[in-house]
Amino acid sequence: MKSDIILCGVGGQGILSIATIIGEAAMNEGLYIKQAEVHGMSQRGGDVQSNLRISSQPISSDLIPLGQADVIISMEPMEALRYLPFLSKNGWIITSSVPFVNIANYPDIEKLKADFAKLSNVIFLDIDQLAKSNQIPRSANMILLGAAQKALGLDLDKLITAIHTVFKHKGKTVVDANICALKIGVDHAK
Amino acid sequence: MLLLGDQAIALGAINAGLSGVYAYPGTPSTEITEYIQDSKIAQQRGLHSRWCTNEKTAMEAALGLSFVGKRALVCMKHVGLNVCADCFVNSAMTGVNGGLVVLVADDPSMHSSQNEQDSRFYGKFAMVPTLEPSNQQEAYDMMDYAYELSETVNLPVLMRITTRMAHSRAVVEVGEPKEENAFHFPQNEKEWVLLPAIARRRNNVVTSQQPDLLKRAEESKFNKFFNATNHQIGILASGIAYNYLMECFPTGCKYPVLKISQYPLPKNQISKIASTCKSLLILEEGQPFIEDQVRGILPLNIPIMGKLSGELPRTGELNTDLVKKALGLPCQECFAPCEDVTPRPPALCQGCGHRSVFEALNLILKDYAHAKVFGDIGCYTLGALPPYRALSSCVDMGASITMAKGAADGGLFPAIAVIGDSTFTHSGMTGLLDAVNENSPITIVISDNLTTAMTGGQDSAGTNKFEAICRGIGVPEEHIRVVIPTPNNMDEIIRIIREEIEYKGVSVIIPRRECIQTASRHAKERAAKTTPANN
Repeated sequence: MKSDIILCGVGGQGILSIATIIGEAAMNEGLYIKQAEVHGMSQRGGDVQSNLRISSQPISSDLIPLGQADVIISMEPMEALRYLPFLSKNGWIITSSVPFVNIANYPDIEKLKADFAKLSNVIFLDIDQLAKSNQIPRSANMILLGAAQKALGLDLDKLITAIHTVFKHKGKTVVDANICALKIGVDHAK
Repeated sequence: MLLLGDQAIALGAINAGLSGVYAYPGTPSTEITEYIQDSKIAQQRGLHSRWCTNEKTAMEAALGLSFVGKRALVCMKHVGLNVCADCFVNSAMTGVNGGLVVLVADDPSMHSSQNEQDSRFYGKFAMVPTLEPSNQQEAYDMMDYAYELSETVNLPVLMRITTRMAHSRAVVEVGEPKEENAFHFPQNEKEWVLLPAIARRRNNVVTSQQPDLLKRAEESKFNKFFNATNHQIGILASGIAYNYLMECFPTGCKYPVLKISQYPLPKNQISKIASTCKSLLILEEGQPFIEDQVRGILPLNIPIMGKLSGELPRTGELNTDLVKKALGLPCQECFAPCEDVTPRPPALCQGCGHRSVFEALNLILKDYAHAKVFGDIGCYTLGALPPYRALSSCVDMGASITMAKGAADGGLFPAIAVIGDSTFTHSGMTGLLDAVNENSPITIVISDNLTTAMTGGQDSAGTNKFEAICRGIGVPEEHIRVVIPTPNNMDEIIRIIREEIEYKGVSVIIPRRECIQTASRHAKERAAKTTPANN
């Protein structure tokens, strides 16, 4: 088993908590993990990414080589496309469809949609709307993780267990909201 | 345990019997000290872990802790080593009593830095042993080794890591914490007084230790030779460059490899691999430190490939694809970059107090033909980017004030410095004294957000002391002006800055409002205290 994952978005969108859940689930399965994160200056509203590698074999590099990512999970559509050269030809993109516009020259969303249409394995989800309509506005990122579950090759049960462990200290309401979000994501990826 | 490289180092130090960490926050080294601050065992033992004013005070305090026999850690980013270089180099002259590890995190590709300097040069320069771990487990294991080595050879040990090592997580097997060292004075106490006569003696001692340090590197368990059948190329791979090499060969490298993680360079091992291979490829993250030494000046018997010969780029981080190219291996077929993607540079947060400062400055300075604003290191350096484009310089911690002074000496008016609260206490205070002593006509803005924001909101050494510090240094009371930087207070900010620009002497304006990141974190913490989790 090997899964090379690029998590990306804009600083402050919560990609690291997605990474934490995947990492916890992978640990429980006894897999090797390497997770390179971005700290420091770029966190201030700039593009951020994390390279997460899980494998049943020991992992050498902290960074994913070009053309080798199995999954790109992105909290923002243009950010998903930023890492396209890293995506494997059979890889999946699971992305939020909602642009985060904090720059003057943000491209036309229709252009971005056309770019996605050229790719075969894309899940394009309005996670903000889904989170709002299900009264779990703070768990949009877990919807995205749910949508990525199949592409990640991780059991749903393992992800649920990981959510229990990671969010336990925040209370039952938070745990339930995140599990609910995860399941919504799984359903929408079908 | 799943640990960042930084955290593995912190835990490795605690478990090696650490008595104190001294540091100023700096990406990518910050998480080491934060881990020790949060560690239960460190709290139980009362290990020192408070932030220091700058890297120099940190290094000196760590050396003091070593003087009384305790194991000390000092952490910094690469440019921090410049700040404490005086003490660092001289700590090799005094030698140590308790083990002393100087942990320096370099930032190739400059993710959060203003240069790419390679700290291994400092290790050679100061003639101290240098370690460079290749993964998180090795980083953990090396800490105990580093303290033993430091105490055995009576020298500080430099440990050099780079960004990907610092900020990448992996599972690390950890052991139990050792006891701390007992309080005791150095046997050679008088040797710590570096008067020329003593320093000369110590210089001879340290110089004569070099063959021993070399022998230890030759025999180090961290410098490993892996033989293989194909002798077309012999590879020297240091630190995390070794990982990128292994990524190219999932079933094992077909060329002989010498992994280098301890310096001085193991010359014999390098000669040995060179004598059995037709060429050498040198993989190292940072500047061509190994390559320069292996090449020397005179021609060699075999070709050497690396950063100097162009097989690898001179600048930026290494990665697997670059190593593949150097080895002549094909890279994975991949998608072309998407042309619609535009850069998204970092920006000041919405609602940040620095924004009001730059807005006001830009408005006022329209009225002056030659106004220049000298910037400094921190979040507010982002004021150089659109929409503000407000800064003319950003060089090193504290340089805003002294550069404004120098420019004013040369006739610039108005000469304005913008510096953050933490950067001001780090290295701005001495420059302010220079300006006060000459009554330089400069306007200094200490944009005080009550924290060291850029690195994630650590305590700032001068909080609540800025007016007193400026008064103490000699800025006239009436020219120390405090103002609240909010959008609806613009009139007052503008009025005050205008008045102080027109004053022909040193004035300090302190726009003060808490960083919105730490403010929202503090609000959450307060809320969590009043409503306990319902589990």
